[in-house]
Amino acid sequence: MALLEIRGVTRCFGNFIAVNNISISIETGEFFTLLGPSGCGKTTLLRMIAGFDLPDSGQILLDGKDMVGMPSEKRPIHTVFQTYALFPHMTVSDNVAFPLKIAGKKLDEIRSRVIKTLDDVRLFNLGNRFPHELSGGQRQRVALARGLISRPRLLLLDEPLGALDLKLREEMQIELINLQKETGIAFVFVTHSQNEALTLSHRIVVMNQGGVEQIDTPSKIYNFPRNRFVADFLGKINIMDAQVLEIIPPYLRLLIPELGQVVIPNKEGVKIGDKGFMAIRPEQMRIMIYSEEVNSKNHFSGQIKSLLYAGDVTTYVVEFSNGTRVEILLPNSAPREIKRFEIGDLVVIVWESDVGLFLND
Amino acid sequence: MRHSHSKLWIAGALVYIFLYIPLAIVVIYSFNDSKLNTEWVGFTLSWYEALFNNKEMLIAVCNSLIIAISSSFGATILGTMAGLAIHRYKLRVLSILFFAPIAMPEILLGVSLLLFFLQVLNLTLGMVSIIIAHTTFCIGFVAIIVKSRLQDMDESIFESARDLGASSWQCFHLVTLPLIMPAMIAGALMSFTLSIDDFIITFFTKGVGDPILPIQIYTMIKVAVTPEVNAISTLLMLLTLFTIIIGIKLSSSFLYVRKNNEST
Repeated sequence: MALLEIRGVTRCFGNFIAVNNISISIETGEFFTLLGPSGCGKTTLLRMIAGFDLPDSGQILLDGKDMVGMPSEKRPIHTVFQTYALFPHMTVSDNVAFPLKIAGKKLDEIRSRVIKTLDDVRLFNLGNRFPHELSGGQRQRVALARGLISRPRLLLLDEPLGALDLKLREEMQIELINLQKETGIAFVFVTHSQNEALTLSHRIVVMNQGGVEQIDTPSKIYNFPRNRFVADFLGKINIMDAQVLEIIPPYLRLLIPELGQVVIPNKEGVKIGDKGFMAIRPEQMRIMIYSEEVNSKNHFSGQIKSLLYAGDVTTYVVEFSNGTRVEILLPNSAPREIKRFEIGDLVVIVWESDVGLFLND
Repeated sequence: MRHSHSKLWIAGALVYIFLYIPLAIVVIYSFNDSKLNTEWVGFTLSWYEALFNNKEMLIAVCNSLIIAISSSFGATILGTMAGLAIHRYKLRVLSILFFAPIAMPEILLGVSLLLFFLQVLNLTLGMVSIIIAHTTFCIGFVAIIVKSRLQDMDESIFESARDLGASSWQCFHLVTLPLIMPAMIAGALMSFTLSIDDFIITFFTKGVGDPILPIQIYTMIKVAVTPEVNAISTLLMLLTLFTIIIGIKLSSSFLYVRKNNEST
């Protein structure tokens, strides 16, 4: 039985459907991420799991029991808010002790568990400070400690890293992964950052306009997006109109009106004549000098229009003769093997037939 | 640049002079060894001495303090409840109903309270009627202060308390109450200063027997502005100033709450 099961949940605000008939199940010990653009309904869904809001229809079950009518204080589910929501009039220790005090635990037990939990989140000697005396990252840890101390069945995290700077965010990502592993508590994490979702999660649900686009592991979602929205939302991708010309297992031959014919991997359920899109990631293509001998089936000549140097990698924008542009990502790590290109260079864009993806919609 | 600055300084100074000269004169003449408020003769404390021997005046001060303390206490409790309700239910009508008495002419409030006490409640006018009347007009001020304090707070703090297992009562007395305490204290002190110098409403709702400070002062002035009036006014001023300073001190000791909210 799944730990948390969301069955056909719908929530409307007036005429606006915030969450539209969503069904998801989350397993014990899982790091599950709700990913989507702002306004996709992910926070609304989270609030319904926490008990701050009720679905208009559908059920939310914890261990198979419907939680309708169970107020948020009775649910063994805690939330880490985007703003951390620490109690400003209490010290760090009192903040972290709050759930245990409410539960009526003995003072000795509270004291030792607070010390242990503060150690777990690496806040060793800060127990007597007030929240306003802490940095953003430290407050984040207090909020985590407070959410975890009474060992809930589920910890909900509402964009908890949004307010931190990049370096701290990366540090906290690693700590979140470790904490989740150590405690074994299922995390439901809300974010609009595809990077965070890919890094942290066991599984991701991509949401859009109140509905589910895809539920899968990070690598499945990244490599085999189910549709154009998912492909576009996670990472960079080049998308072109395409039509299926021929199926030659394990390949597909597509006609791309903007380029010509290409060969990419076959996909189940595709029929000849299907119209859709070809999607290919910038890192799946290579750039070669115009005069080089090319063996690959997919090769098109173009010109470098612009480049974006990012230290470890460079993103090139290449324009084909008909004006279509694609982005290509090349690592800068092996300068002797890979030639750097300049704006205006005439080049050939190449990709193997085992990369690229046909999307129906 | 410098020139326009000095103009501003002069304008500012004039405003302050305009505000404080009359008050300063009252204070200075309360120490004047003359029955007339026209020329400085010499320093004396005799007017204060006279004041403390004036039994009627002492009773009036005592009555006013009783009224101010009880009505600010009542107004703080009711006003806090009102502020919480207005914040929680976000009903326009609710807040208008509470805040309208603040803008309403005092004389209107006085007349209506008088009619209400006499014709509806059949109450004999006296201390009780004044306390009720003062409580009524102070509620709105407390409600406004508490409500704006709540508005400044991050709503998720309260949600978080509930989320971590607190019942609505636990959430209130462990989280909400400590956080709005500065606003409640500010509201109480404000009610106190409003009550202690209120004339119009007190005038309408007072009974025959008990002397009340502002009205007692008015009665004394009817004859002549004696230095004794200056003396009591000076004391009243000191009390008000003292209250305001306590208010500022108390709310600044809670200031970290606001600071914390700003940076998150």
